[in-house]
Amino acid sequence: MKKNEERIKAYNKYVSAKVPKTKPWPTLFNSFWVGGVICLIGQGINDLILFLVPNISEQSAWAYTLIALIFIAAFLTGIGVYDKIGKFAGGGSIVPITGFSNSITSPSIEFKSEGIIYGICVKMFTIAGPVIVFGVISSALVGLIYYIIYLFI
Amino acid sequence: MKYDTVKFKKQPKIIGSYSIVGPKEGQGNFREYFDYIMKNDFFGEKTFEKAERKMIETAITGAIQKAKLKVSDINILVAGDLLNQIISSSYAARAFDFPYLGVYGACSTMAESIAVASTLVDGGYFENIVCCTASHFSTAERQYRFPLELGNQRPPASQWTVTGAGSCVISQKGAGPRVTMATFGKVVDWGIVDVNNMGAAMAPAAMDTLLAHFENTKTTPDDYDLIVTGDLGKLGSEILIDLMEDKGIKLGLNYSDCGQMFFRRNQNTLCGGSGCGCCATVFNSYIMKKLQDGQYKRVLFLPTGALLSTTASQQGESVPGVCHAIVVEAYEM
Repeated sequence: MKKNEERIKAYNKYVSAKVPKTKPWPTLFNSFWVGGVICLIGQGINDLILFLVPNISEQSAWAYTLIALIFIAAFLTGIGVYDKIGKFAGGGSIVPITGFSNSITSPSIEFKSEGIIYGICVKMFTIAGPVIVFGVISSALVGLIYYIIYLFI
Repeated sequence: MKYDTVKFKKQPKIIGSYSIVGPKEGQGNFREYFDYIMKNDFFGEKTFEKAERKMIETAITGAIQKAKLKVSDINILVAGDLLNQIISSSYAARAFDFPYLGVYGACSTMAESIAVASTLVDGGYFENIVCCTASHFSTAERQYRFPLELGNQRPPASQWTVTGAGSCVISQKGAGPRVTMATFGKVVDWGIVDVNNMGAAMAPAAMDTLLAHFENTKTTPDDYDLIVTGDLGKLGSEILIDLMEDKGIKLGLNYSDCGQMFFRRNQNTLCGGSGCGCCATVFNSYIMKKLQDGQYKRVLFLPTGALLSTTASQQGESVPGVCHAIVVEAYEM
């Protein structure tokens, strides 16, 4: 049994030396510029809303911007473009809110064949679920910390 | 003597073979050898699972036709695929009026089914047996990985599941390449946990079967015109060469891997093709053709399978591999 463990260790070491690695610099470059462009588009939409609707509050302009970005990403997922952007950009198109939209839309499309309830509704959050859980928990924690600090000021 | 190698006395013949692939595979290196290239991945069906089932049905019918037999001549069907409860094969078997034997060896299913079928035929119990296996990129992705439209990057060691089905008819009579030996493989696990690195997980299984086969049959790599593994891919086949060299056996230019050869470099498949369909389509098109032409006299075909499931991997289990080998020799009058 001990010999077995040694072999597993040696083999894993050999394989991890042999396995092809992701090239960090080109990958980082692509993800940063695509991520930057997505943010730029967001800012553009925001400015456009503020320009077209002068009476709107900044807060609701932000909300409309997010809705617009989510819609664009969902639409691009639907017509099969977003996965190509993601393949090229990696984290650059996953981290912005568009990536979140893609992670909900793509399983919905995929599992349409299993019906609306057991397919779309059940599988919709298979990828985005953890993000939502951690989002809710961390926002609650931050709120608590904020509250405690506020007590002493 | 160990008994994991079977030598067939009557040498069952492969009298008909048929391969069907998807459009991307149809642009790969073997495109002129396939019998049918689908225009799209749906194959006229509503879901990818149904498409895979239809591919199996088409492949079985095609193989029977090419063997110049009637459906009523077939005694039994041996088939398997990658999906849970091997639904593609089992559901496809509904369409046929002969008994069905489901086998699961992951990507090694083609050799497993041929080995089982040859044993049954050689024993004299059945006359004609159809073997079939298939895989579909889209069904495998959704079962093992992520939705198709998710914008993520594939790790560099990953492979591309081939959309394709291959089928062949094993028979007592008739003319065709002969199945002369089969080595049944053990399940080998050397503790690879990375599910994206199947080549490394399966290479030890290939080594184990290859060593057993050479020892039991007293042959060396030079006795074969072609030694071909299923879907170890670029990385896995390099590992296998290294592992065999450690054991003192040198795999030379006659060694090759279906997954590595399958796609062209510009098709972005990273380490190459994988899946049941990968070696099944290559075996039933290219290798069969070369055996019939007499370009290859003796081929050692040993596809490997990674016997993983998403549940077991999520529970931290490593990936076990299995490898079955068959020797196919050109027909001599």
